Amino acid sequence: MRPSRCGLSSISADPEGIEACFRRDAGRCVAVLARALGDIDRAEDAIGDAYVTALERWPREGFPRHPAAWILTTARRRAIDALRRDRRGSEKQVLAARLDTAMRDAAEVADDEMSEIPDERLELIFACCHPSLQLEMRIALTLRTLGGLSTEEIAAAFLVPAATMAQRIVRSKRKIREAKIPFDVPPASRLSERIDDVCTVLYLIFNQGYVATAGAALARTDLCNEAVRLARVLNALMPAEPEVLGLLALMLLTHARRDARVDESGALVTLEEQDRSRWDRSMIDEALAVLERAARHRRQGPFQVAGAIASMHCIARTAADTDWRTIAALYDCLFEMTPSAVVALNRAVAVGFATEPRDGLAALDATVGEGLLDDYYPYHVARAELSLRAGDRATARSSFARALHLTRNEAERAFLGKRLADAGGPSPG
Amino acid sequence: MQYMILIYSPNDAMDVSPEDFAESMPAWEAYGNMLRERNAFVSAAPLAPPTSATTLRVKDGKTVTLDGPFAETKEWLGGYYIVNAATLDEALEYAGKCPGLQMPNAAIEVRPVIDLG
Repeated sequence: MRPSRCGLSSISADPEGIEACFRRDAGRCVAVLARALGDIDRAEDAIGDAYVTALERWPREGFPRHPAAWILTTARRRAIDALRRDRRGSEKQVLAARLDTAMRDAAEVADDEMSEIPDERLELIFACCHPSLQLEMRIALTLRTLGGLSTEEIAAAFLVPAATMAQRIVRSKRKIREAKIPFDVPPASRLSERIDDVCTVLYLIFNQGYVATAGAALARTDLCNEAVRLARVLNALMPAEPEVLGLLALMLLTHARRDARVDESGALVTLEEQDRSRWDRSMIDEALAVLERAARHRRQGPFQVAGAIASMHCIARTAADTDWRTIAALYDCLFEMTPSAVVALNRAVAVGFATEPRDGLAALDATVGEGLLDDYYPYHVARAELSLRAGDRATARSSFARALHLTRNEAERAFLGKRLADAGGPSPG
Repeated sequence: MQYMILIYSPNDAMDVSPEDFAESMPAWEAYGNMLRERNAFVSAAPLAPPTSATTLRVKDGKTVTLDGPFAETKEWLGGYYIVNAATLDEALEYAGKCPGLQMPNAAIEVRPVIDLG
Protein backbone atom coordinates (compact mmCIF):
# COMPACT_ATOMS: atom_id res chain seq x y z
CA MET A 1 0.00 0.00 0.00
CA ARG A 2 1.20 3.47 -0.87
CA PRO A 3 -1.02 5.86 1.00
CA SER A 4 1.28 8.85 0.44
CA ARG A 5 0.98 8.50 -3.31
CA CYS A 6 -2.72 7.89 -3.50
CA GLY A 7 -3.31 10.85 -1.26
CA LEU A 8 -5.86 8.90 0.74
CA SER A 9 -3.91 7.98 3.84
CA SER A 10 -7.12 7.44 5.80
CA ILE A 11 -8.35 4.83 3.35
CA SER A 12 -6.62 1.47 3.31
CA ALA A 13 -6.93 -1.31 0.77
CA ASP A 14 -8.99 -3.53 3.06
CA PRO A 15 -12.65 -4.20 2.26
CA GLU A 16 -13.80 -1.19 4.34
CA GLY A 17 -11.36 1.10 2.55
CA ILE A 18 -12.55 -0.14 -0.81
CA GLU A 19 -16.14 0.34 0.29
CA ALA A 20 -15.31 3.93 1.20
CA CYS A 21 -13.91 4.44 -2.30
CA PHE A 22 -17.03 2.87 -3.75
CA ARG A 23 -19.30 5.23 -1.83
CA ARG A 24 -17.25 8.23 -2.87
CA ASP A 25 -16.52 7.39 -6.52
CA ALA A 26 -18.98 4.83 -7.89
CA GLY A 27 -21.68 7.37 -8.83
CA ARG A 28 -19.25 9.50 -10.79
CA CYS A 29 -17.70 6.43 -12.46
CA VAL A 30 -21.11 5.15 -13.56
CA ALA A 31 -21.94 8.62 -14.94
CA VAL A 32 -18.75 8.77 -17.04
CA LEU A 33 -19.15 5.26 -18.39
CA ALA A 34 -22.93 5.56 -18.95
CA ARG A 35 -22.36 8.67 -21.01
CA ALA A 36 -19.65 7.02 -23.09
CA LEU A 37 -21.79 3.92 -23.66
CA GLY A 38 -25.20 5.63 -23.86
CA ASP A 39 -26.32 2.80 -21.61
CA ILE A 40 -26.78 2.97 -17.83
CA ASP A 41 -27.18 -0.79 -17.36
CA ARG A 42 -23.91 -1.74 -19.02
CA ALA A 43 -22.13 1.01 -17.14
CA GLU A 44 -23.48 -0.15 -13.76
CA ASP A 45 -22.58 -3.76 -14.50
CA ALA A 46 -19.04 -2.90 -15.58
CA ILE A 47 -18.38 -0.57 -12.64
CA GLY A 48 -19.79 -3.16 -10.23
CA ASP A 49 -17.52 -5.83 -11.72
CA ALA A 50 -14.53 -3.51 -11.43
CA TYR A 51 -15.12 -3.04 -7.69
CA VAL A 52 -15.37 -6.80 -7.26
CA THR A 53 -12.00 -7.08 -9.00
CA ALA A 54 -10.65 -4.35 -6.70
CA LEU A 55 -11.73 -6.37 -3.67
CA GLU A 56 -9.63 -9.27 -4.97
CA ARG A 57 -6.60 -7.33 -6.10
CA TRP A 58 -6.11 -4.18 -4.02
CA PRO A 59 -5.49 -5.98 -0.70
CA ARG A 60 -2.84 -8.08 -2.46
CA GLU A 61 -1.25 -5.58 -4.87
CA GLY A 62 -1.70 -2.34 -2.96
CA PHE A 63 -3.90 0.67 -3.29
CA PRO A 64 -3.78 2.30 -6.76
CA ARG A 65 -2.59 5.88 -7.06
CA HIS A 66 -5.93 6.99 -8.51
CA PRO A 67 -8.56 4.51 -7.34
CA ALA A 68 -11.40 5.95 -9.44
CA ALA A 69 -9.27 6.03 -12.60
CA TRP A 70 -8.26 2.41 -11.91
CA ILE A 71 -11.92 1.46 -11.56
CA LEU A 72 -12.84 3.26 -14.79
CA THR A 73 -10.01 1.63 -16.75
CA THR A 74 -10.95 -1.80 -15.46
CA ALA A 75 -14.65 -1.18 -16.10
CA ARG A 76 -13.92 0.04 -19.61
CA ARG A 77 -12.15 -3.24 -20.41
CA ARG A 78 -15.16 -5.13 -19.07
CA ALA A 79 -17.53 -3.02 -21.12
CA ILE A 80 -15.50 -3.54 -24.30
CA ASP A 81 -15.43 -7.30 -23.66
CA ALA A 82 -19.19 -7.29 -23.17
CA LEU A 83 -19.64 -5.26 -26.35
CA ARG A 84 -17.52 -7.74 -28.32
CA ARG A 85 -19.81 -10.50 -27.19
CA ASP A 86 -23.14 -8.76 -27.90
CA ARG A 87 -22.90 -6.14 -30.56
CA ARG A 88 -22.58 -6.07 -34.32
CA GLY A 89 -19.51 -4.85 -36.22
CA SER A 90 -19.96 -1.20 -37.13
CA GLU A 91 -21.84 -0.26 -33.99
CA LYS A 92 -19.19 -1.96 -31.87
CA GLN A 93 -16.38 0.05 -33.44
CA VAL A 94 -18.21 3.33 -32.98
CA LEU A 95 -18.86 2.57 -29.32
CA ALA A 96 -15.32 1.35 -28.69
CA ALA A 97 -13.96 4.58 -30.20
CA ARG A 98 -16.24 6.65 -27.99
CA LEU A 99 -15.12 4.69 -24.96
CA ASP A 100 -11.48 5.36 -25.83
CA THR A 101 -12.07 9.10 -26.10
CA ALA A 102 -14.00 9.22 -22.86
CA MET A 103 -11.30 7.27 -21.05
CA ARG A 104 -8.50 9.46 -22.41
CA ASP A 105 -10.37 12.54 -21.19
CA ALA A 106 -10.79 10.86 -17.84
CA ALA A 107 -7.09 9.96 -17.68
CA GLU A 108 -6.08 13.57 -18.38
CA VAL A 109 -8.20 14.83 -15.55
CA ALA A 110 -6.82 12.04 -13.38
CA ASP A 111 -3.52 13.89 -13.16
CA ASP A 112 -5.30 16.57 -11.25
CA GLU A 113 -5.22 15.46 -7.62
CA MET A 114 -8.35 17.46 -6.79
CA SER A 115 -10.76 15.52 -8.95
CA GLU A 116 -9.65 12.22 -10.30
CA ILE A 117 -12.37 11.89 -12.90
CA PRO A 118 -14.76 14.35 -14.48
CA ASP A 119 -18.09 14.78 -12.75
CA GLU A 120 -20.66 13.86 -15.36
CA ARG A 121 -23.52 13.29 -12.95
CA LEU A 122 -25.28 16.39 -14.27
CA GLU A 123 -25.42 14.86 -17.76
CA LEU A 124 -26.78 11.71 -16.16
CA ILE A 125 -29.47 13.68 -14.27
CA PHE A 126 -30.64 15.27 -17.52
CA ALA A 127 -30.83 11.86 -19.18
CA CYS A 128 -32.80 10.36 -16.26
CA CYS A 129 -35.24 13.32 -16.21
CA HIS A 130 -35.72 13.48 -20.00
CA PRO A 131 -39.29 14.47 -20.91
CA SER A 132 -39.59 11.52 -23.32
CA LEU A 133 -39.63 9.21 -20.28
CA GLN A 134 -42.88 8.80 -18.34
CA LEU A 135 -42.88 10.86 -15.18
CA GLU A 136 -43.02 7.81 -12.89
CA MET A 137 -40.07 6.34 -14.81
CA ARG A 138 -38.06 9.54 -14.38
CA ILE A 139 -38.67 9.44 -10.65
CA ALA A 140 -37.72 5.77 -10.33
CA LEU A 141 -34.64 6.05 -12.52
CA THR A 142 -33.34 9.22 -10.86
CA LEU A 143 -33.69 7.70 -7.40
CA ARG A 144 -32.09 4.43 -8.43
CA THR A 145 -29.26 5.82 -10.53
CA LEU A 146 -28.31 8.93 -8.59
CA GLY A 147 -29.67 8.18 -5.16
CA GLY A 148 -28.59 5.76 -2.52
CA LEU A 149 -31.81 3.75 -2.13
CA SER A 150 -32.32 0.18 -3.25
CA THR A 151 -35.08 -0.75 -5.68
CA GLU A 152 -36.96 -2.36 -2.76
CA GLU A 153 -36.75 0.84 -0.70
CA ILE A 154 -37.95 2.97 -3.60
CA ALA A 155 -40.83 0.57 -4.25
CA ALA A 156 -41.85 0.68 -0.58
CA ALA A 157 -41.82 4.49 -0.57
CA PHE A 158 -44.05 4.62 -3.65
CA LEU A 159 -46.32 1.84 -2.43
CA VAL A 160 -45.80 -0.41 -5.42
CA PRO A 161 -44.47 -3.99 -5.51
CA ALA A 162 -40.67 -4.23 -5.88
CA ALA A 163 -41.13 -6.07 -9.19
CA THR A 164 -43.15 -3.17 -10.58
CA MET A 165 -40.50 -0.66 -9.57
CA ALA A 166 -37.73 -2.89 -10.96
CA GLN A 167 -39.61 -3.06 -14.25
CA ARG A 168 -39.99 0.72 -14.41
CA ILE A 169 -36.26 1.09 -13.97
CA VAL A 170 -35.43 -1.57 -16.56
CA ARG A 171 -37.84 -0.03 -19.09
CA SER A 172 -36.54 3.48 -18.65
CA LYS A 173 -32.93 2.34 -19.05
CA ARG A 174 -33.90 0.48 -22.19
CA LYS A 175 -35.63 3.53 -23.62
CA ILE A 176 -32.57 5.69 -22.98
CA ARG A 177 -30.46 3.16 -24.85
CA GLU A 178 -32.87 2.47 -27.73
CA ALA A 179 -34.05 6.01 -28.41
CA LYS A 180 -30.58 7.38 -27.72
CA ILE A 181 -31.63 9.90 -25.14
CA PRO A 182 -28.54 12.10 -24.86
CA PHE A 183 -26.35 12.31 -21.76
CA ASP A 184 -25.81 16.03 -22.19
CA VAL A 185 -26.56 19.31 -20.54
CA PRO A 186 -29.24 20.76 -22.88
CA PRO A 187 -28.40 23.79 -25.05
CA ALA A 188 -29.17 27.27 -23.68
CA SER A 189 -32.41 27.49 -25.70
CA ARG A 190 -33.85 24.49 -23.85
CA LEU A 191 -31.98 24.71 -20.57
CA SER A 192 -34.51 26.45 -18.37
CA GLU A 193 -37.42 24.18 -19.34
CA ARG A 194 -35.23 21.10 -18.84
CA ILE A 195 -34.00 22.35 -15.45
CA ASP A 196 -37.65 22.78 -14.57
CA ASP A 197 -38.26 19.12 -15.52
CA VAL A 198 -35.39 18.02 -13.25
CA CYS A 199 -36.58 20.19 -10.36
CA THR A 200 -40.10 18.81 -10.75
CA VAL A 201 -38.83 15.22 -10.50
CA LEU A 202 -36.82 16.02 -7.36
CA TYR A 203 -39.76 17.87 -5.83
CA LEU A 204 -42.12 14.97 -6.52
CA ILE A 205 -39.66 12.64 -4.78
CA PHE A 206 -39.62 15.00 -1.79
CA ASN A 207 -43.38 15.31 -1.77
CA GLN A 208 -43.88 11.57 -1.89
CA GLY A 209 -41.74 11.39 1.22
CA TYR A 210 -43.56 14.28 2.85
CA VAL A 211 -47.11 13.20 2.26
CA ALA A 212 -47.11 9.45 1.87
CA THR A 213 -50.33 8.73 0.00
CA ALA A 214 -51.35 5.88 2.28
CA GLY A 215 -50.23 3.91 5.26
CA ALA A 216 -49.56 4.75 8.85
CA ALA A 217 -46.41 6.85 8.53
CA LEU A 218 -47.10 10.42 7.52
CA ALA A 219 -43.60 11.20 6.34
CA ARG A 220 -41.04 8.92 4.79
CA THR A 221 -37.98 10.75 6.00
CA ASP A 222 -35.63 8.64 3.89
CA LEU A 223 -37.20 9.90 0.70
CA CYS A 224 -37.18 13.52 1.92
CA ASN A 225 -33.51 13.28 2.89
CA GLU A 226 -32.69 11.71 -0.45
CA ALA A 227 -34.53 14.47 -2.34
CA VAL A 228 -32.71 17.16 -0.34
CA ARG A 229 -29.39 15.44 -1.02
CA LEU A 230 -30.11 15.29 -4.77
CA ALA A 231 -31.15 18.96 -4.78
CA ARG A 232 -27.83 19.78 -3.10
CA VAL A 233 -25.93 17.79 -5.74
CA LEU A 234 -27.85 19.59 -8.50
CA ASN A 235 -27.10 22.92 -6.87
CA ALA A 236 -23.40 22.08 -6.57
CA LEU A 237 -23.34 21.16 -10.26
CA MET A 238 -25.32 24.24 -11.41
CA PRO A 239 -24.60 26.89 -8.79
CA ALA A 240 -25.86 29.75 -10.98
CA GLU A 241 -29.40 28.41 -11.43
CA PRO A 242 -31.81 30.30 -9.17
CA GLU A 243 -34.64 27.81 -9.60
CA VAL A 244 -32.44 25.01 -8.25
CA LEU A 245 -31.76 27.22 -5.22
CA GLY A 246 -35.49 27.92 -4.94
CA LEU A 247 -36.20 24.18 -5.00
CA LEU A 248 -33.59 23.50 -2.32
CA ALA A 249 -34.99 26.28 -0.11
CA LEU A 250 -38.56 25.04 -0.57
CA MET A 251 -37.54 21.52 0.47
CA LEU A 252 -35.55 22.72 3.49
CA LEU A 253 -38.36 24.99 4.70
CA THR A 254 -40.86 22.14 4.47
CA HIS A 255 -38.48 19.58 5.95
CA ALA A 256 -37.64 21.92 8.87
CA ARG A 257 -41.22 21.52 10.15
CA ARG A 258 -41.27 17.70 9.98
CA ASP A 259 -41.03 17.04 13.75
CA ALA A 260 -43.83 19.48 14.61
CA ARG A 261 -46.15 18.05 11.98
CA VAL A 262 -47.20 15.02 14.02
CA ASP A 263 -47.82 14.74 17.76
CA GLU A 264 -46.70 11.96 20.13
CA SER A 265 -49.63 9.78 19.06
CA GLY A 266 -48.72 10.19 15.40
CA ALA A 267 -51.67 12.49 14.68
CA LEU A 268 -51.35 15.33 12.18
CA VAL A 269 -50.91 18.84 13.59
CA THR A 270 -51.94 21.79 11.40
CA LEU A 271 -49.49 24.56 10.61
CA GLU A 272 -51.59 26.83 12.81
CA GLU A 273 -51.33 24.57 15.85
CA GLN A 274 -47.74 23.39 15.44
CA ASP A 275 -45.26 23.95 18.28
CA ARG A 276 -42.92 26.33 16.47
CA SER A 277 -40.10 25.68 18.93
CA ARG A 278 -39.88 22.22 17.38
CA TRP A 279 -39.07 23.63 13.95
CA ASP A 280 -35.49 23.10 12.82
CA ARG A 281 -34.15 26.67 13.10
CA SER A 282 -30.75 26.03 11.54
CA MET A 283 -32.42 24.43 8.53
CA ILE A 284 -34.75 27.43 8.20
CA ASP A 285 -31.81 29.84 8.43
CA GLU A 286 -29.95 27.92 5.77
CA ALA A 287 -33.04 28.00 3.51
CA LEU A 288 -33.48 31.76 3.97
CA ALA A 289 -29.85 32.30 2.96
CA VAL A 290 -30.37 30.04 -0.06
CA LEU A 291 -33.44 32.08 -1.11
CA GLU A 292 -31.43 35.27 -0.80
CA ARG A 293 -28.71 33.82 -2.99
CA ALA A 294 -31.36 32.86 -5.56
CA ALA A 295 -32.85 36.38 -5.54
CA ARG A 296 -29.48 37.90 -6.46
CA HIS A 297 -29.75 36.28 -9.90
CA ARG A 298 -32.89 38.35 -10.60
CA ARG A 299 -34.53 35.52 -12.54
CA GLN A 300 -37.77 34.72 -10.75
CA GLY A 301 -39.36 31.28 -11.12
CA PRO A 302 -42.09 29.14 -9.56
CA PHE A 303 -39.81 27.24 -7.15
CA GLN A 304 -38.38 30.49 -5.80
CA VAL A 305 -41.88 31.90 -5.29
CA ALA A 306 -43.07 28.69 -3.61
CA GLY A 307 -39.95 28.88 -1.43
CA ALA A 308 -40.77 32.50 -0.55
CA ILE A 309 -44.31 31.46 0.45
CA ALA A 310 -42.94 28.69 2.69
CA SER A 311 -40.50 31.17 4.21
CA MET A 312 -43.36 33.52 5.18
CA HIS A 313 -44.75 30.74 7.40
CA CYS A 314 -41.35 29.91 8.83
CA ILE A 315 -40.49 33.48 9.85
CA ALA A 316 -43.85 34.13 11.57
CA ARG A 317 -43.30 33.93 15.34
CA THR A 318 -46.82 32.67 15.92
CA ALA A 319 -49.59 31.54 13.56
CA ALA A 320 -51.42 34.82 14.24
CA ASP A 321 -48.34 36.79 13.11
CA THR A 322 -48.46 35.21 9.64
CA ASP A 323 -48.37 37.83 6.90
CA TRP A 324 -51.24 36.43 4.84
CA ARG A 325 -51.44 39.50 2.59
CA THR A 326 -47.89 38.93 1.34
CA ILE A 327 -48.62 35.23 0.99
CA ALA A 328 -51.74 35.98 -1.09
CA ALA A 329 -49.71 38.36 -3.27
CA LEU A 330 -47.02 35.68 -3.74
CA TYR A 331 -49.71 33.21 -4.79
CA ASP A 332 -50.92 35.75 -7.38
CA CYS A 333 -47.37 35.78 -8.69
CA LEU A 334 -47.18 31.96 -8.67
CA PHE A 335 -50.55 31.67 -10.43
CA GLU A 336 -49.27 33.92 -13.20
CA MET A 337 -46.29 31.59 -13.72
CA THR A 338 -48.11 28.29 -13.30
CA PRO A 339 -51.87 28.76 -13.64
CA SER A 340 -53.02 25.47 -12.14
CA ALA A 341 -56.16 24.68 -10.18
CA VAL A 342 -54.04 23.64 -7.18
CA VAL A 343 -52.27 27.02 -7.09
CA ALA A 344 -55.65 28.75 -7.43
CA LEU A 345 -56.88 26.72 -4.46
CA ASN A 346 -53.94 27.73 -2.25
CA ARG A 347 -54.32 31.32 -3.37
CA ALA A 348 -58.00 31.30 -2.36
CA VAL A 349 -57.12 29.98 1.10
CA ALA A 350 -54.51 32.74 1.53
CA VAL A 351 -57.09 35.33 0.46
CA GLY A 352 -59.50 33.88 3.02
CA PHE A 353 -56.93 34.31 5.78
CA ALA A 354 -55.73 37.73 4.57
CA THR A 355 -59.26 39.20 4.47
CA GLU A 356 -62.56 37.47 5.28
CA PRO A 357 -63.34 33.74 4.97
CA ARG A 358 -66.17 34.68 2.55
CA ASP A 359 -63.64 36.33 0.22
CA GLY A 360 -61.63 33.13 0.24
CA LEU A 361 -64.72 31.08 -0.62
CA ALA A 362 -65.57 33.55 -3.39
CA ALA A 363 -62.01 33.24 -4.74
CA LEU A 364 -62.35 29.46 -4.54
CA ASP A 365 -65.56 29.58 -6.61
CA ALA A 366 -64.15 32.11 -9.06
CA THR A 367 -60.74 30.64 -9.83
CA VAL A 368 -60.96 26.90 -9.32
CA GLY A 369 -62.67 25.47 -12.38
CA GLU A 370 -65.90 23.60 -11.70
CA GLY A 371 -65.33 19.94 -10.89
CA LEU A 372 -61.59 20.17 -11.60
CA LEU A 373 -60.56 19.33 -8.05
CA ASP A 374 -63.50 17.14 -7.04
CA ASP A 375 -61.20 14.22 -6.27
CA TYR A 376 -58.46 16.32 -4.67
CA TYR A 377 -59.02 16.11 -0.91
CA PRO A 378 -57.19 19.33 0.05
CA TYR A 379 -59.79 21.19 -2.04
CA HIS A 380 -62.56 19.88 0.23
CA VAL A 381 -60.49 20.57 3.35
CA ALA A 382 -60.00 24.18 2.19
CA ARG A 383 -63.72 24.61 1.50
CA ALA A 384 -64.55 23.06 4.88
CA GLU A 385 -62.10 25.22 6.88
CA LEU A 386 -63.16 28.44 5.17
CA SER A 387 -66.85 27.54 5.58
CA LEU A 388 -66.33 26.77 9.27
CA ARG A 389 -64.67 30.16 9.78
CA ALA A 390 -67.54 31.81 7.91
CA GLY A 391 -70.00 30.07 10.27
CA ASP A 392 -71.43 27.68 7.66
CA ARG A 393 -71.19 24.42 9.61
CA ALA A 394 -73.34 22.36 7.25
CA THR A 395 -71.03 22.98 4.26
CA ALA A 396 -68.00 22.44 6.52
CA ARG A 397 -69.36 19.03 7.59
CA SER A 398 -70.16 17.81 4.08
CA SER A 399 -66.77 19.02 2.80
CA PHE A 400 -64.82 17.34 5.65
CA ALA A 401 -66.78 14.15 5.02
CA ARG A 402 -65.92 14.28 1.31
CA ALA A 403 -62.23 14.87 2.10
CA LEU A 404 -62.25 11.96 4.56
CA HIS A 405 -63.67 9.75 1.83
CA LEU A 406 -60.80 10.70 -0.51
CA THR A 407 -57.65 10.10 1.54
CA ARG A 408 -56.04 6.82 2.50
CA ASN A 409 -53.30 8.21 4.75
CA GLU A 410 -54.15 7.19 8.29
CA ALA A 411 -52.73 10.28 9.96
CA GLU A 412 -54.70 12.49 7.57
CA ARG A 413 -57.85 10.42 8.13
CA ALA A 414 -57.57 10.71 11.90
CA PHE A 415 -57.14 14.46 11.58
CA LEU A 416 -60.10 14.89 9.23
CA GLY A 417 -62.28 12.73 11.51
CA LYS A 418 -61.44 15.07 14.36
CA ARG A 419 -62.22 18.16 12.29
CA LEU A 420 -65.52 16.65 11.18
CA ALA A 421 -66.42 16.10 14.84
CA ASP A 422 -65.33 19.70 15.63
CA ALA A 423 -67.80 20.89 12.98
CA GLY A 424 -70.56 18.93 14.73
CA GLY A 425 -70.53 15.95 12.40
CA PRO A 426 -70.38 12.26 13.24
CA SER A 427 -67.38 11.26 15.35
CA PRO A 428 -65.19 8.57 13.76
CA GLY A 429 -65.72 6.51 16.91
CA MET B 1 -28.78 6.79 -36.05
CA GLN B 2 -32.06 7.10 -37.93
CA TYR B 3 -35.39 8.21 -36.55
CA MET B 4 -38.81 8.12 -38.17
CA ILE B 5 -40.94 11.21 -37.71
CA LEU B 6 -44.57 10.09 -38.03
CA ILE B 7 -47.11 12.81 -38.69
CA TYR B 8 -50.59 12.09 -37.34
CA SER B 9 -53.57 14.15 -38.44
CA PRO B 10 -56.96 14.37 -36.77
CA ASN B 11 -59.86 12.70 -38.57
CA ASP B 12 -61.52 15.99 -39.45
CA ALA B 13 -58.48 16.94 -41.52
CA MET B 14 -59.24 14.13 -43.98
CA ASP B 15 -60.55 16.33 -46.79
CA VAL B 16 -57.95 18.97 -47.54
CA SER B 17 -58.94 21.22 -50.42
CA PRO B 18 -56.47 21.47 -53.32
CA GLU B 19 -56.12 25.19 -52.52
CA ASP B 20 -55.12 24.52 -48.91
CA PHE B 21 -52.78 21.79 -50.03
CA ALA B 22 -51.08 24.13 -52.54
CA GLU B 23 -50.82 26.83 -49.93
CA SER B 24 -49.01 24.54 -47.50
CA MET B 25 -46.51 23.27 -50.08
CA PRO B 26 -43.79 25.96 -49.68
CA ALA B 27 -43.50 25.21 -45.96
CA TRP B 28 -43.00 21.49 -46.64
CA GLU B 29 -40.44 22.24 -49.35
CA ALA B 30 -38.51 24.53 -47.02
CA TYR B 31 -38.59 21.86 -44.33
CA GLY B 32 -37.19 19.23 -46.69
CA ASN B 33 -34.47 21.64 -47.82
CA MET B 34 -33.51 22.43 -44.24
CA LEU B 35 -33.13 18.70 -43.50
CA ARG B 36 -31.04 18.21 -46.66
CA GLU B 37 -28.78 21.15 -45.82
CA ARG B 38 -28.06 19.56 -42.46
CA ASN B 39 -27.47 16.15 -44.05
CA ALA B 40 -30.33 14.83 -41.98
CA PHE B 41 -32.72 13.87 -44.78
CA VAL B 42 -33.03 10.16 -45.51
CA SER B 43 -36.48 9.77 -47.03
CA ALA B 44 -40.04 11.01 -46.74
CA ALA B 45 -43.50 10.43 -48.15
CA PRO B 46 -47.02 11.79 -47.72
CA LEU B 47 -49.75 9.16 -47.49
CA ALA B 48 -53.25 9.26 -48.98
CA PRO B 49 -55.95 9.27 -46.29
CA PRO B 50 -57.18 5.98 -44.76
CA THR B 51 -60.37 6.16 -46.89
CA SER B 52 -58.11 4.93 -49.67
CA ALA B 53 -56.66 2.06 -47.62
CA THR B 54 -57.03 -1.67 -48.12
CA THR B 55 -56.33 -4.08 -45.28
CA LEU B 56 -55.19 -7.69 -45.53
CA ARG B 57 -55.62 -10.25 -42.78
CA VAL B 58 -55.26 -13.99 -42.46
CA LYS B 59 -58.41 -15.75 -41.29
CA ASP B 60 -58.51 -19.52 -40.98
CA GLY B 61 -55.35 -19.78 -43.05
CA LYS B 62 -56.83 -17.71 -45.88
CA THR B 63 -55.78 -14.20 -46.74
CA VAL B 64 -58.80 -11.93 -46.89
CA THR B 65 -58.95 -8.49 -48.40
CA LEU B 66 -60.89 -5.85 -46.47
CA ASP B 67 -61.76 -2.32 -47.38
CA GLY B 68 -60.74 0.67 -45.35
CA PRO B 69 -58.57 1.02 -42.30
CA PHE B 70 -58.41 -1.84 -39.82
CA ALA B 71 -59.82 0.10 -36.91
CA GLU B 72 -61.64 3.29 -36.07
CA THR B 73 -59.06 5.77 -34.82
CA LYS B 74 -59.13 9.43 -33.93
CA GLU B 75 -55.91 10.07 -35.78
CA TRP B 76 -54.42 8.82 -38.97
CA LEU B 77 -50.88 8.61 -40.26
CA GLY B 78 -50.54 11.34 -42.85
CA GLY B 79 -46.93 10.86 -43.76
CA TYR B 80 -43.43 10.38 -42.48
CA TYR B 81 -39.84 11.53 -42.64
CA ILE B 82 -36.80 9.43 -41.87
CA VAL B 83 -33.91 11.56 -40.59
CA ASN B 84 -30.34 11.05 -39.47
CA ALA B 85 -29.72 12.41 -35.99
CA ALA B 86 -26.98 11.88 -33.42
CA THR B 87 -29.38 11.76 -30.47
CA LEU B 88 -33.08 11.81 -29.63
CA ASP B 89 -32.83 15.53 -28.83
CA GLU B 90 -31.55 16.28 -32.32
CA ALA B 91 -34.38 14.22 -33.83
CA LEU B 92 -36.89 16.04 -31.60
CA GLU B 93 -35.52 19.34 -32.81
CA TYR B 94 -36.21 18.30 -36.43
CA ALA B 95 -39.64 16.98 -35.50
CA GLY B 96 -40.47 20.25 -33.77
CA LYS B 97 -39.84 22.16 -37.01
CA CYS B 98 -42.11 19.93 -39.12
CA PRO B 99 -44.95 21.98 -40.70
CA GLY B 100 -47.33 19.08 -39.93
CA LEU B 101 -47.07 19.99 -36.25
CA GLN B 102 -48.83 23.30 -36.94
CA MET B 103 -52.04 21.61 -38.15
CA PRO B 104 -54.76 21.86 -35.50
CA ASN B 105 -54.75 18.80 -33.20
CA ALA B 106 -51.88 17.20 -35.05
CA ALA B 107 -49.40 14.96 -33.24
CA ILE B 108 -45.92 13.93 -34.21
CA GLU B 109 -44.32 10.75 -33.01
CA VAL B 110 -40.57 10.16 -33.12
CA ARG B 111 -39.34 6.56 -33.16
CA PRO B 112 -35.82 5.19 -33.50
CA VAL B 113 -35.30 3.04 -36.59
CA ILE B 114 -33.68 -0.29 -35.72
CA ASP B 115 -30.37 -0.71 -37.52
CA LEU B 116 -30.07 -4.23 -38.87
CA GLY B 117 -26.69 -3.40 -40.50
